[in-house]
Amino acid sequence: MPKTMGILGRKIGMTRVFNEEGRSIPVTVIEAGPCTVLQKKTADQEGYDAIQVGFLEKKASRLNKPEAGHVKRSGGKGFYHVREFRVADAAAYELGQQIALAEIVNIGDKVHISGKSKGKGFQGVVRRYGFAGGGATHGSMFHRAPGSIGCSASPSRVFKGKKLPGRMGNFLKTQKNLTVVDIRNDDNLLLVEGSVPGSRNGLITIFTKE
Amino acid sequence: MNIIDMIDREQMRFDHPDFRAGDTVNVHIRIIEGSKERVQNYQGVVLKVKRGKMNATFTVRKISHGIGVEKTFALHSPRVEKIEVISLGKVRRSRLFYLRERRGKKARIKERRIL
Repeated sequence: MPKTMGILGRKIGMTRVFNEEGRSIPVTVIEAGPCTVLQKKTADQEGYDAIQVGFLEKKASRLNKPEAGHVKRSGGKGFYHVREFRVADAAAYELGQQIALAEIVNIGDKVHISGKSKGKGFQGVVRRYGFAGGGATHGSMFHRAPGSIGCSASPSRVFKGKKLPGRMGNFLKTQKNLTVVDIRNDDNLLLVEGSVPGSRNGLITIFTKE
Repeated sequence: MNIIDMIDREQMRFDHPDFRAGDTVNVHIRIIEGSKERVQNYQGVVLKVKRGKMNATFTVRKISHGIGVEKTFALHSPRVEKIEVISLGKVRRSRLFYLRERRGKKARIKERRIL
């Protein structure tokens, strides 16, 4: 499944639901869409077909002039989040058109979900890469250090990509092939099985099959 | 209302009677065998009740053919058809794990009377 058409959403949190068999399924609740089409990009003009959509409406007084100018032709409503989705035919969409959740996903579908993972700050190798670390007591003087990071005179450098302490989290992460458990059109809610990157209220992107 | 609470509330069951650790209950469990569905009774002492919204569970212990058996049910599961409270027990703690080391007369629980 290429990362093409999709919808923007906000992570609400996790809970569990029971299916028909009575099995408990852990689900993430996402408020997804509706997204408004702000711009169409076509192969003739931009070299590829895509639509630009906005999510979470912004008050008119919060828009700056470039933003207001950009959304003028799509109804004048500004949005907090603007993103582009590649589509096969951008001409099939209209400026200002609302894309609802139900139009692009069905219950039982598999979706990819991207989001910015929670930032963990500067972490050591034990937390960041799952190194085993050393003994805590009994005279052990090796606790959570990374240990040897390479050879000596040859190559007399540390190889690129060596796992060392550093910033962890706060990067774009995609969780693939999550099953859609439920869709509630009234509240624009999407329930997917399993967890989704990011914190509550974080922006996430749901990619569907075209 | 919070959205998660709203989803939980839709599924939560408010038809079960109140019971607590030490009570003896009969749980009617819906069991699917192949294509058939039947109801099995499981009766025993409630060892613990874990409170919570959708995450609430309770554990029931019984002695089956001389072997102690414990089952944990999700309180709001649709598989739990019915919970019958058989008797009320008077106990002084909320988790009765000490019953696991006791057999026969020592594993008795005094009856709690409702005033």
